[in-house]
Amino acid sequence: MDKEKLADKFSKKIKEITPSREVRAIHICGTHEQAITQYGLRSLLPDNFDLTMGPGCPVCVTPAREVDEAIELAKQGVTIATFGDMLNVPGSEESLSDARSEGADVRVVYSINEALKIAKDVEELVFFGIGFETTAPTNAAILKSNPPENFYILSSHRLIPPAMELLVDMDVNFDGFIAPGHVSTIIGKEPYEVFANKYDVPTIITGFEPLDILFGVLKFFEQIDSGETKVENAYERAVRDKGNQKAQKMMTEVFEVFDAKWRGIGEIPNSGLKLSDEFREFDARENFEIELGESRDIHPGCKCHLILTARGTPEDCGLFGDECTPQDPHGPCMVSDEGECNIWFRYGRRPKMDI
Amino acid sequence: MCVGVPGKILEIEENEAIVDFEGTKQKVRVDLIDNVEEGDYILNHVGHAIEVLPEKEAKERLKLFREYLDSLEE
Ligand code: SF4
Repeated sequence: MDKEKLADKFSKKIKEITPSREVRAIHICGTHEQAITQYGLRSLLPDNFDLTMGPGCPVCVTPAREVDEAIELAKQGVTIATFGDMLNVPGSEESLSDARSEGADVRVVYSINEALKIAKDVEELVFFGIGFETTAPTNAAILKSNPPENFYILSSHRLIPPAMELLVDMDVNFDGFIAPGHVSTIIGKEPYEVFANKYDVPTIITGFEPLDILFGVLKFFEQIDSGETKVENAYERAVRDKGNQKAQKMMTEVFEVFDAKWRGIGEIPNSGLKLSDEFREFDARENFEIELGESRDIHPGCKCHLILTARGTPEDCGLFGDECTPQDPHGPCMVSDEGECNIWFRYGRRPKMDI
Repeated sequence: MCVGVPGKILEIEENEAIVDFEGTKQKVRVDLIDNVEEGDYILNHVGHAIEVLPEKEAKERLKLFREYLDSLEE
Protein backbone atom coordinates (compact mmCIF):
# COMPACT_ATOMS: atom_id res chain seq x y z
CA MET A 1 0.00 0.00 0.00
CA ASP A 2 1.55 3.29 -0.93
CA LYS A 3 1.53 6.47 1.11
CA GLU A 4 -1.38 8.04 -0.68
CA LYS A 5 -3.58 5.03 -0.04
CA LEU A 6 -2.56 5.02 3.61
CA ALA A 7 -3.43 8.70 3.79
CA ASP A 8 -6.88 8.00 2.35
CA LYS A 9 -7.38 5.23 4.84
CA PHE A 10 -6.40 7.50 7.72
CA SER A 11 -8.78 10.11 6.38
CA LYS A 12 -11.63 7.60 6.20
CA LYS A 13 -11.01 6.32 9.72
CA ILE A 14 -10.85 9.84 11.13
CA LYS A 15 -14.12 10.80 9.44
CA GLU A 16 -15.82 7.64 10.71
CA ILE A 17 -15.30 8.57 14.33
CA THR A 18 -15.63 12.35 14.10
CA PRO A 19 -18.61 13.60 16.10
CA SER A 20 -21.12 15.82 14.34
CA ARG A 21 -20.28 18.89 16.46
CA GLU A 22 -17.47 21.33 15.66
CA VAL A 23 -14.11 19.99 16.86
CA ARG A 24 -10.89 21.90 17.22
CA ALA A 25 -7.28 20.94 17.88
CA ILE A 26 -4.31 23.25 18.25
CA HIS A 27 -0.80 22.37 17.14
CA ILE A 28 2.20 24.30 18.41
CA CYS A 29 4.74 24.04 15.66
CA GLY A 30 5.53 25.90 12.46
CA THR A 31 6.92 22.69 11.02
CA HIS A 32 3.53 21.05 11.53
CA GLU A 33 1.80 23.99 9.84
CA GLN A 34 4.24 23.77 6.97
CA ALA A 35 3.48 20.06 6.37
CA ILE A 36 -0.28 20.48 6.88
CA THR A 37 -0.43 23.35 4.40
CA GLN A 38 2.11 22.11 1.89
CA TYR A 39 0.47 18.70 1.57
CA GLY A 40 -3.06 20.03 1.79
CA LEU A 41 -3.82 17.77 4.74
CA ARG A 42 -6.81 19.87 5.78
CA SER A 43 -8.59 18.62 2.68
CA LEU A 44 -8.31 15.08 4.05
CA LEU A 45 -9.76 16.05 7.42
CA PRO A 46 -13.45 16.45 8.32
CA ASP A 47 -15.11 19.76 7.41
CA ASN A 48 -16.24 20.33 10.99
CA PHE A 49 -12.68 19.91 12.28
CA ASP A 50 -10.44 22.92 12.71
CA LEU A 51 -6.71 22.22 13.08
CA THR A 52 -5.08 25.50 13.86
CA MET A 53 -1.65 26.79 14.80
CA GLY A 54 -0.75 28.20 18.20
CA PRO A 55 2.44 29.88 19.45
CA GLY A 56 4.80 27.50 17.66
CA CYS A 57 7.10 29.87 15.83
CA PRO A 58 10.16 30.86 17.88
CA VAL A 59 11.07 33.74 15.61
CA CYS A 60 7.52 35.10 15.81
CA VAL A 61 7.30 35.03 19.60
CA THR A 62 10.65 36.73 20.25
CA PRO A 63 9.70 40.17 21.62
CA ALA A 64 10.63 43.21 19.55
CA ARG A 65 12.66 44.38 22.54
CA GLU A 66 15.01 41.43 22.23
CA VAL A 67 15.43 42.03 18.49
CA ASP A 68 16.20 45.66 19.44
CA GLU A 69 18.87 44.42 21.84
CA ALA A 70 20.59 42.52 19.05
CA ILE A 71 20.35 45.53 16.74
CA GLU A 72 21.78 47.81 19.43
CA LEU A 73 24.72 45.45 19.97
CA ALA A 74 25.34 45.25 16.24
CA LYS A 75 25.38 49.05 16.09
CA GLN A 76 27.96 49.12 18.87
CA GLY A 77 30.26 47.21 16.54
CA VAL A 78 29.80 43.73 17.98
CA THR A 79 29.47 40.93 15.44
CA ILE A 80 26.04 39.30 15.68
CA ALA A 81 25.39 35.78 14.43
CA THR A 82 21.88 34.37 14.21
CA PHE A 83 19.54 32.16 12.23
CA GLY A 84 18.45 33.47 8.81
CA ASP A 85 14.85 33.93 9.87
CA MET A 86 15.82 36.47 12.53
CA LEU A 87 17.40 38.80 10.03
CA ASN A 88 14.23 40.33 8.60
CA VAL A 89 12.07 40.24 11.70
CA PRO A 90 10.96 43.76 12.46
CA GLY A 91 12.11 45.03 15.84
CA SER A 92 10.42 48.13 17.23
CA GLU A 93 11.67 50.30 14.37
CA GLU A 94 13.99 48.28 12.18
CA SER A 95 15.43 44.83 11.60
CA LEU A 96 18.88 43.29 11.87
CA SER A 97 19.02 43.31 8.12
CA ASP A 98 18.45 47.09 8.14
CA ALA A 99 21.31 47.41 10.61
CA ARG A 100 23.45 45.30 8.33
CA SER A 101 22.77 47.48 5.33
CA GLU A 102 23.91 50.40 7.43
CA GLY A 103 27.22 48.66 7.97
CA ALA A 104 26.73 46.51 11.07
CA ASP A 105 28.36 43.08 11.05
CA VAL A 106 25.45 40.62 11.13
CA ARG A 107 26.09 37.04 10.04
CA VAL A 108 23.59 34.33 9.24
CA VAL A 109 24.45 30.92 10.58
CA TYR A 110 22.77 27.56 10.40
CA SER A 111 23.95 26.52 13.85
CA ILE A 112 25.70 27.83 16.94
CA ASN A 113 28.72 25.74 15.86
CA GLU A 114 29.20 28.06 12.89
CA ALA A 115 28.95 31.09 15.15
CA LEU A 116 31.72 29.60 17.24
CA LYS A 117 33.97 29.44 14.18
CA ILE A 118 33.26 33.06 13.28
CA ALA A 119 34.33 34.08 16.79
CA LYS A 120 37.90 33.15 15.84
CA ASP A 121 38.02 35.94 13.28
CA VAL A 122 36.28 38.79 15.05
CA GLU A 123 36.76 40.79 18.22
CA GLU A 124 33.50 40.02 19.97
CA LEU A 125 30.79 37.68 18.82
CA VAL A 126 27.25 37.54 20.14
CA PHE A 127 25.08 34.63 19.12
CA PHE A 128 21.42 35.66 19.22
CA GLY A 129 20.03 32.36 20.46
CA ILE A 130 16.34 31.87 19.92
CA GLY A 131 14.25 28.71 19.84
CA PHE A 132 12.32 26.30 22.02
CA GLU A 133 13.44 23.23 23.96
CA THR A 134 14.83 21.67 20.78
CA THR A 135 17.36 24.45 20.28
CA ALA A 136 18.24 25.50 23.83
CA PRO A 137 20.25 22.32 24.61
CA THR A 138 22.46 22.87 21.56
CA ASN A 139 23.48 26.22 23.04
CA ALA A 140 23.92 24.66 26.46
CA ALA A 141 26.24 22.03 24.97
CA ILE A 142 28.45 24.70 23.45
CA LEU A 143 28.68 26.73 26.65
CA LYS A 144 29.67 23.58 28.51
CA SER A 145 32.57 22.88 26.17
CA ASN A 146 34.75 25.90 26.85
CA PRO A 147 33.86 28.43 24.20
CA PRO A 148 36.35 31.24 23.53
CA GLU A 149 36.31 34.30 25.80
CA ASN A 150 34.97 36.62 23.13
CA PHE A 151 31.86 34.47 22.61
CA TYR A 152 28.55 35.56 24.14
CA ILE A 153 24.94 34.53 23.93
CA LEU A 154 21.93 36.81 23.77
CA SER A 155 19.46 34.24 24.99
CA SER A 156 15.84 34.43 23.87
CA HIS A 157 14.74 30.86 24.42
CA ARG A 158 11.14 30.08 25.21
CA LEU A 159 9.43 26.97 26.57
CA ILE A 160 6.42 25.31 24.97
CA PRO A 161 4.35 23.75 27.79
CA PRO A 162 3.84 27.08 29.64
CA ALA A 163 2.56 28.61 26.38
CA MET A 164 0.17 25.68 25.97
CA GLU A 165 -1.03 26.31 29.49
CA LEU A 166 -1.69 29.94 28.58
CA LEU A 167 -4.00 28.79 25.78
CA VAL A 168 -5.93 26.67 28.25
CA ASP A 169 -6.18 29.61 30.67
CA MET A 170 -7.15 32.03 27.92
CA ASP A 171 -10.26 30.08 27.20
CA VAL A 172 -9.48 29.69 23.55
CA ASN A 173 -12.08 27.10 22.67
CA PHE A 174 -10.47 23.81 21.67
CA ASP A 175 -10.57 20.08 22.27
CA GLY A 176 -6.97 18.95 22.21
CA PHE A 177 -3.31 19.49 21.46
CA ILE A 178 -1.16 18.09 18.69
CA ALA A 179 2.15 18.45 20.54
CA PRO A 180 5.39 19.26 18.69
CA GLY A 181 7.49 16.19 17.92
CA HIS A 182 11.00 17.54 18.21
CA VAL A 183 10.40 19.63 21.31
CA SER A 184 9.08 16.34 22.72
CA THR A 185 12.25 14.52 21.64
CA ILE A 186 13.95 16.64 24.29
CA ILE A 187 11.29 16.96 27.01
CA GLY A 188 9.45 13.63 26.64
CA LYS A 189 5.87 12.99 27.72
CA GLU A 190 5.86 14.09 31.33
CA PRO A 191 5.58 17.89 30.93
CA TYR A 192 2.30 17.40 29.03
CA GLU A 193 0.63 15.20 31.68
CA VAL A 194 -0.89 18.28 33.29
CA PHE A 195 -3.01 18.86 30.18
CA ALA A 196 -4.57 15.43 30.31
CA ASN A 197 -4.81 15.11 34.09
CA LYS A 198 -5.65 18.61 35.24
CA TYR A 199 -7.34 20.19 32.23
CA ASP A 200 -8.80 17.11 30.53
CA VAL A 201 -7.24 18.05 27.18
CA PRO A 202 -6.12 15.17 24.92
CA THR A 203 -2.49 15.69 23.94
CA ILE A 204 -0.82 13.76 21.13
CA ILE A 205 2.92 13.98 20.47
CA THR A 206 3.09 13.97 16.69
CA GLY A 207 5.79 13.69 14.02
CA PHE A 208 6.19 15.75 10.88
CA GLU A 209 5.63 13.56 7.85
CA PRO A 210 2.13 13.88 6.41
CA LEU A 211 1.27 10.35 7.55
CA ASP A 212 2.63 11.07 11.05
CA ILE A 213 0.28 14.02 11.29
CA LEU A 214 -2.72 12.02 10.11
CA PHE A 215 -1.79 9.33 12.64
CA GLY A 216 -1.63 11.96 15.41
CA VAL A 217 -5.01 13.37 14.38
CA LEU A 218 -6.54 9.87 14.33
CA LYS A 219 -5.21 9.28 17.87
CA PHE A 220 -6.77 12.59 18.91
CA PHE A 221 -10.17 11.60 17.50
CA GLU A 222 -9.94 8.19 19.15
CA GLN A 223 -9.68 9.99 22.48
CA ILE A 224 -12.59 12.30 21.63
CA ASP A 225 -14.59 9.23 20.63
CA SER A 226 -13.79 7.16 23.73
CA GLY A 227 -13.93 10.06 26.16
CA GLU A 228 -10.64 8.93 27.69
CA THR A 229 -8.10 11.74 27.95
CA LYS A 230 -4.37 11.07 28.03
CA VAL A 231 -0.98 12.05 26.67
CA GLU A 232 -0.09 9.79 23.78
CA ASN A 233 3.14 9.45 21.90
CA ALA A 234 2.39 9.03 18.20
CA TYR A 235 6.03 9.72 17.27
CA GLU A 236 7.75 6.86 19.04
CA ARG A 237 10.67 6.58 16.66
CA ALA A 238 12.04 9.95 17.77
CA VAL A 239 10.49 10.49 21.20
CA ARG A 240 11.30 8.41 24.29
CA ASP A 241 8.85 8.71 27.17
CA LYS A 242 11.40 10.47 29.34
CA GLY A 243 12.80 12.51 26.45
CA ASN A 244 16.50 13.13 26.03
CA GLN A 245 17.64 13.30 29.63
CA LYS A 246 21.18 14.26 28.82
CA ALA A 247 19.95 17.28 26.88
CA GLN A 248 17.52 18.17 29.69
CA LYS A 249 20.34 18.02 32.21
CA MET A 250 22.57 20.31 30.15
CA MET A 251 19.71 22.73 29.74
CA THR A 252 19.05 22.94 33.48
CA GLU A 253 22.76 23.31 34.23
CA VAL A 254 23.23 26.22 31.88
CA PHE A 255 19.87 27.99 32.03
CA GLU A 256 17.42 29.21 34.61
CA VAL A 257 13.69 29.40 34.02
CA PHE A 258 12.07 32.84 34.32
CA ASP A 259 8.77 34.61 33.56
CA ALA A 260 9.33 35.68 29.96
CA LYS A 261 7.49 37.93 27.57
CA TRP A 262 6.17 36.60 24.26
CA ARG A 263 5.79 38.97 21.37
CA GLY A 264 2.36 40.60 21.42
CA ILE A 265 1.13 38.03 23.92
CA GLY A 266 2.68 39.29 27.15
CA GLU A 267 4.37 37.60 30.05
CA ILE A 268 3.91 33.86 30.59
CA PRO A 269 5.04 32.42 33.93
CA ASN A 270 8.11 30.16 33.80
CA SER A 271 8.24 30.29 30.03
CA GLY A 272 11.74 31.53 29.24
CA LEU A 273 15.36 30.53 29.74
CA LYS A 274 18.14 32.85 30.81
CA LEU A 275 21.75 31.97 31.47
CA SER A 276 22.38 30.94 35.06
CA ASP A 277 24.89 32.84 37.21
CA GLU A 278 27.55 30.25 36.59
CA PHE A 279 27.54 31.13 32.89
CA ARG A 280 27.14 34.89 33.20
CA GLU A 281 30.57 35.49 31.66
CA PHE A 282 28.94 34.39 28.37
CA ASP A 283 25.76 36.40 28.84
CA ALA A 284 25.64 39.31 26.41
CA ARG A 285 23.23 41.15 28.71
CA GLU A 286 25.73 41.01 31.57
CA ASN A 287 28.74 42.03 29.53
CA PHE A 288 27.52 44.86 27.31
CA GLU A 289 25.62 48.04 28.01
CA ILE A 290 22.39 47.82 26.08
CA GLU A 291 20.22 50.90 26.34
CA LEU A 292 16.86 50.86 24.66
CA GLY A 293 13.86 53.12 24.35
CA GLU A 294 10.24 52.04 24.24
CA SER A 295 9.62 48.92 22.26
CA ARG A 296 6.73 48.06 19.99
CA ASP A 297 5.70 44.45 19.39
CA ILE A 298 2.72 44.90 17.12
CA HIS A 299 2.82 47.13 14.11
CA PRO A 300 -0.43 48.81 13.04
CA GLY A 301 -2.89 46.35 11.53
CA CYS A 302 -0.81 43.24 12.26
CA LYS A 303 -2.74 40.34 13.77
CA CYS A 304 0.24 38.12 14.55
CA HIS A 305 -0.48 38.01 18.27
CA LEU A 306 -3.99 36.70 17.57
CA ILE A 307 -2.70 34.16 15.08
CA LEU A 308 -0.07 32.94 17.55
CA THR A 309 -2.71 32.34 20.20
CA ALA A 310 -5.03 30.47 17.82
CA ARG A 311 -7.57 33.30 17.94
CA GLY A 312 -7.20 34.13 14.27
CA THR A 313 -5.71 33.04 10.96
CA PRO A 314 -3.81 35.04 8.34
CA GLU A 315 -7.10 35.49 6.51
CA ASP A 316 -8.32 37.63 9.41
CA CYS A 317 -5.60 40.17 8.67
CA GLY A 318 -6.45 42.91 6.21
CA LEU A 319 -2.79 43.30 5.25
CA PHE A 320 -2.19 39.63 4.42
CA GLY A 321 -0.89 39.08 0.93
CA ASP A 322 -1.45 42.66 -0.22
CA GLU A 323 0.51 45.02 1.94
CA CYS A 324 2.26 42.32 3.90
CA THR A 325 4.33 39.81 1.93
CA PRO A 326 7.59 37.94 2.61
CA GLN A 327 9.36 40.66 0.59
CA ASP A 328 7.80 43.41 2.68
CA PRO A 329 6.79 41.83 5.99
CA HIS A 330 4.81 43.88 8.52
CA GLY A 331 4.93 41.29 11.25
CA PRO A 332 7.11 38.37 12.32
CA CYS A 333 4.55 35.76 11.18
CA MET A 334 5.25 36.78 7.57
CA VAL A 335 9.03 36.64 7.97
CA SER A 336 9.78 33.25 9.37
CA ASP A 337 9.52 29.99 7.46
CA GLU A 338 7.64 28.84 10.51
CA GLY A 339 5.24 31.74 10.64
CA GLU A 340 1.68 30.97 9.62
CA CYS A 341 1.36 34.03 7.38
CA ASN A 342 4.54 33.13 5.53
CA ILE A 343 3.45 29.51 5.10
CA TRP A 344 -0.03 30.40 3.88
CA PHE A 345 1.43 32.98 1.54
CA ARG A 346 3.80 30.43 0.02
CA TYR A 347 1.41 27.52 -0.34
CA GLY A 348 -2.05 29.05 -0.21
CA ARG A 349 -4.58 26.67 1.24
CA ARG A 350 -4.72 24.62 -1.92
CA PRO A 351 -4.35 20.91 -1.43
CA LYS A 352 -1.32 19.42 -3.08
CA MET A 353 -1.82 15.69 -3.03
CA ASP A 354 1.68 14.36 -3.37
CA ILE A 355 2.22 12.72 -0.04
CA MET B 1 13.57 26.03 14.03
CA CYS B 2 12.21 22.73 15.19
CA VAL B 3 13.01 20.90 12.01
CA GLY B 4 14.91 17.69 12.57
CA VAL B 5 16.64 15.86 9.77
CA PRO B 6 17.63 12.17 9.92
CA GLY B 7 21.10 11.11 8.79
CA LYS B 8 23.56 8.24 9.17
CA ILE B 9 26.78 8.56 11.13
CA LEU B 10 29.85 7.71 9.07
CA GLU B 11 32.59 8.66 11.51
CA ILE B 12 32.87 9.99 15.03
CA GLU B 13 35.73 11.98 16.46
CA GLU B 14 35.28 13.13 20.05
CA ASN B 15 32.10 15.21 20.11
CA GLU B 16 31.78 15.62 16.38
CA ALA B 17 30.46 13.20 13.76
CA ILE B 18 30.45 13.17 9.98
CA VAL B 19 26.87 12.44 9.02
CA ASP B 20 25.47 11.41 5.66
CA PHE B 21 22.18 13.10 4.81
CA GLU B 22 21.12 11.22 1.69
CA GLY B 23 24.41 11.88 -0.03
CA THR B 24 25.33 15.21 1.55
CA LYS B 25 27.97 14.98 4.24
CA GLN B 26 27.92 17.35 7.15
CA LYS B 27 29.53 17.70 10.56
CA VAL B 28 27.19 17.27 13.49
CA ARG B 29 27.93 17.55 17.20
CA VAL B 30 26.99 14.59 19.34
CA ASP B 31 27.31 16.12 22.84
CA LEU B 32 23.62 15.67 23.51
CA ILE B 33 23.41 11.91 23.04
CA ASP B 34 25.13 9.01 24.76
CA ASN B 35 26.39 5.72 23.35
CA VAL B 36 26.23 6.77 19.76
CA GLU B 37 28.16 4.69 17.24
CA GLU B 38 29.22 4.77 13.64
CA GLY B 39 26.37 3.45 11.50
CA ASP B 40 23.67 4.83 13.81
CA TYR B 41 20.91 7.00 12.43
CA ILE B 42 20.49 10.28 14.23
CA LEU B 43 18.07 13.18 14.21
CA ASN B 44 19.95 16.41 13.49
CA HIS B 45 18.68 19.73 14.77
CA VAL B 46 20.69 22.87 13.93
CA GLY B 47 23.98 21.00 13.82
CA HIS B 48 23.43 18.80 16.87
CA ALA B 49 22.23 15.21 17.04
CA ILE B 50 19.27 15.21 19.44
CA GLU B 51 18.25 11.54 19.30
CA VAL B 52 19.25 8.17 17.87
CA LEU B 53 16.63 6.83 15.47
CA PRO B 54 15.73 3.21 14.79
CA GLU B 55 17.20 1.87 11.57
CA LYS B 56 15.16 1.14 8.43
CA GLU B 57 12.77 3.65 9.81
CA ALA B 58 10.85 4.59 6.66
CA LYS B 59 9.71 1.10 5.66
CA GLU B 60 8.98 0.07 9.22
CA ARG B 61 6.86 3.12 9.73
CA LEU B 62 4.62 2.41 6.76
CA LYS B 63 4.27 -1.18 7.95
CA LEU B 64 3.30 -0.01 11.44
CA PHE B 65 0.72 2.42 10.08
CA ARG B 66 -0.71 -0.28 7.83
CA GLU B 67 -0.96 -2.73 10.71
CA TYR B 68 -2.53 -0.13 12.92
CA LEU B 69 -5.17 0.78 10.35
CA ASP B 70 -5.87 -2.91 9.70
CA SER B 71 -6.30 -3.55 13.41
CA LEU B 72 -9.09 -0.95 13.45
CA GLU B 73 -10.98 -2.87 10.77
CA GLU B 74 -11.35 -5.95 12.93
S1 SF4 C 1 -0.15 39.15 7.30
FE1 SF4 C 1 1.53 40.43 8.05
S2 SF4 C 1 0.56 42.09 9.12
FE2 SF4 C 1 -0.97 40.46 8.91
S3 SF4 C 1 -0.80 39.22 10.74
FE3 SF4 C 1 0.53 38.30 9.24
S4 SF4 C 1 2.51 39.23 9.64
FE4 SF4 C 1 1.02 40.53 10.66
